Amino acid sequence: MIYFIIRRLIMTVFLLLLVSMITFAIFFLVPRLAGQTAYQLAAQYVGRNPIPSEIKAVEAKLGLNAPLWLQYGRYVKGIVFGVHYSSGTDVSYCPFPCFGYSFRNEQPVWPQLMSDAPVTLSLAIGAAVLWLIGGVAVGVLSALRKGTFFDRFSMGVALAGVSLPVFFTGLISLTLFSYKWPLFPNVHYVSITSNPLEWARNLVLPWITLAFLYAALYARITRAGMLETLGEDYIRTARAKGLPERQVILKHGLRATLTPIVTIFGMDLGLLLGGAILTESTFSLPGLGQFTILAIQNQDLPEIMGVVMLASFFIVIANMIVDILYTIIDPRVRILCRPAPCSNSATCGFTFRPTTDWCELSMVCRSLSSAARRWASWGSPAPASQ
Amino acid sequence: MGESGSGKSVTSLGIMGLHTGKNVRISGEIWLDGEELIAAGPGRVRKLRGAKMAMIFQDPLSSLHPYFTIGNQIVEAYRLHNDVSRQVARKHAIDLLGRVGIPRPAERIDDHPHQFSGGMRQRVMIAMALSCDPELLIADEPTTALDVTVQAQILDLISDLQEELGSAVIIITHDLGVVAELSDDILVMYAGRPAEYGAATDVFDRPGHPYTWGMLGSMPRMDRKRTQRLLPIPGTPPSLIRVPSGCAFHPRCAYTHLTGGRCDTEVPQLYEVASIGHEAACHLTAEARGRLWGELAEGKVPEEAAAVDNEAASSPVEKLSEPDADLSAGLFGPDPGSYDPTGAGYPTGAGDPARTGDEEAGA
Repeated sequence: MIYFIIRRLIMTVFLLLLVSMITFAIFFLVPRLAGQTAYQLAAQYVGRNPIPSEIKAVEAKLGLNAPLWLQYGRYVKGIVFGVHYSSGTDVSYCPFPCFGYSFRNEQPVWPQLMSDAPVTLSLAIGAAVLWLIGGVAVGVLSALRKGTFFDRFSMGVALAGVSLPVFFTGLISLTLFSYKWPLFPNVHYVSITSNPLEWARNLVLPWITLAFLYAALYARITRAGMLETLGEDYIRTARAKGLPERQVILKHGLRATLTPIVTIFGMDLGLLLGGAILTESTFSLPGLGQFTILAIQNQDLPEIMGVVMLASFFIVIANMIVDILYTIIDPRVRILCRPAPCSNSATCGFTFRPTTDWCELSMVCRSLSSAARRWASWGSPAPASQ
Repeated sequence: MGESGSGKSVTSLGIMGLHTGKNVRISGEIWLDGEELIAAGPGRVRKLRGAKMAMIFQDPLSSLHPYFTIGNQIVEAYRLHNDVSRQVARKHAIDLLGRVGIPRPAERIDDHPHQFSGGMRQRVMIAMALSCDPELLIADEPTTALDVTVQAQILDLISDLQEELGSAVIIITHDLGVVAELSDDILVMYAGRPAEYGAATDVFDRPGHPYTWGMLGSMPRMDRKRTQRLLPIPGTPPSLIRVPSGCAFHPRCAYTHLTGGRCDTEVPQLYEVASIGHEAACHLTAEARGRLWGELAEGKVPEEAAAVDNEAASSPVEKLSEPDADLSAGLFGPDPGSYDPTGAGYPTGAGDPARTGDEEAGA
């Protein structure tokens, strides 16, 4: 277990590095390949109608004339330690973690991201709870009542939910529940720390709108998975034990159905945390989605780059959490570190059996050292036998 | 026993009340320990399931829940029918695992099904099924998914436990070897109906139904010359959506011309064919049946046997009428070697046609 988690963490770090490399390449390598000079590239980082001296300063600050790998190294260093952008006299400091520095606003991107993140977090997590509960419940019920009116009705609604875009359902809900019957008037974001009740009240409509979209999808997936699971042999075994039907379904059936749902749930949540662009725009919530749109409208490249990095970090991390959760949900994924079974019963009592965790730790060390050896011999000719 | 699609599993699932579809219609009677199960409501049958009757299935990997430890699954079954604490149930489960031959049961109880081999998994299934000491154990092809060596172990285990616990066991199989090894009584099924029922020795030594002859003929035998070809039954089992008229086996039977056309019009009922309690559902007369099996036992192919009999069958139709029941059991010695191939005077007595044999095995 520990072995698996550590290995997964190491992989995640590499994955994040890869993500940063690709993002960096898109913003710095591709324009150069397309034939832009360092000066032209730097011009995009300064506001509209820039003065040449400003452009020159940015060019120097970003070090755009340095080799690309050096630029990338500086970028990564900025994320890990923070970085000083200097052009001789003029120095802009971007503290840890530096996900870019907006030269237009003369401020680092990270604090802006962090001020907007709680909004998106509130929206995404609240909606996720709603859609997970709602979607799975509806899916299970319609699987159990397959072919009945309830099944057809809920699957029809689900089809609508999947098909209707958020800016449609969101506007309808605003019209109905904010203007016509003002249950939730004047939707705006209130931070949870200042007033939890207002926070929740203002988020109800966005939550429901966003959850509707996903709940529909989850209901359909749950229904399909449940129907498949209920045909499995082990469900028949559960019935053969004499388990009441409710336990057969809620314990044995749901347990197996939930596994794929956890996967897509992690993905969806990770994706949303990077900004629920449509929902946030519809309800004017100042979250990461809004931030992204503004950044794109202003063509503020460091801001766009920062939000891209953050969003992909969320997805990578969500992926990792799903993988680790899998080891808990699905025992077949668990990495087993069990001493070989003792065949000679006479010596069994004396056999040294390290605890599972120690065994796994030693496996980590072994795999790390073998990776290091491979790393060290990289480039030297491979042995003929391989 | 019977080919795939002859209704063996469906019948046993019917006994267990495990048909869950909306369009299931079950009629007839199922008796378990003095209780009729079809009239009893599903709630009552559910209470009996696992407690008084238990079932093990063909594929032990897919039949065990992959996400729960085997201990959990056994404890669940036990606590469902016995009001005991988790600890007591766990002790019981460990004890059961030991009894079905799982080494180090106290350690293995917290393992998941995928950590066991196929044979061990089937042992776990057996432990689970026996957790409540059922009166009836139904084993639906318990060895089909296993290695041959493991098959023998599992069969030994089942018969040992049967002796130990005194449960009735129904083994569903198409493997004649399994049948011969384990069973006291055999019910041969075809197209969802009983074809032959009797004591194992009777059915193996003096089979009374052409379908049974076919199955025995298609089995390799140690006492035959190796060059002799196996004789498969031609054709395939019928679709149960369109069961052939009359005797469902008649399209594949080589002897239909001997019964004067009754085979494709009249559904045969179970008749007592030779000894008491040995019944077959076939229109052939006792004499014809005896003669044919005699020919087949000598190694003739069905066509030859049927041709030989063809001449004999040209005699008047009165042969078709059942001869008076003559139950002088002395006619048939217990030694199959001394079997009289002419089969003269095979006594036939009308058995209870409603009886299917399942209840008997389950009683």
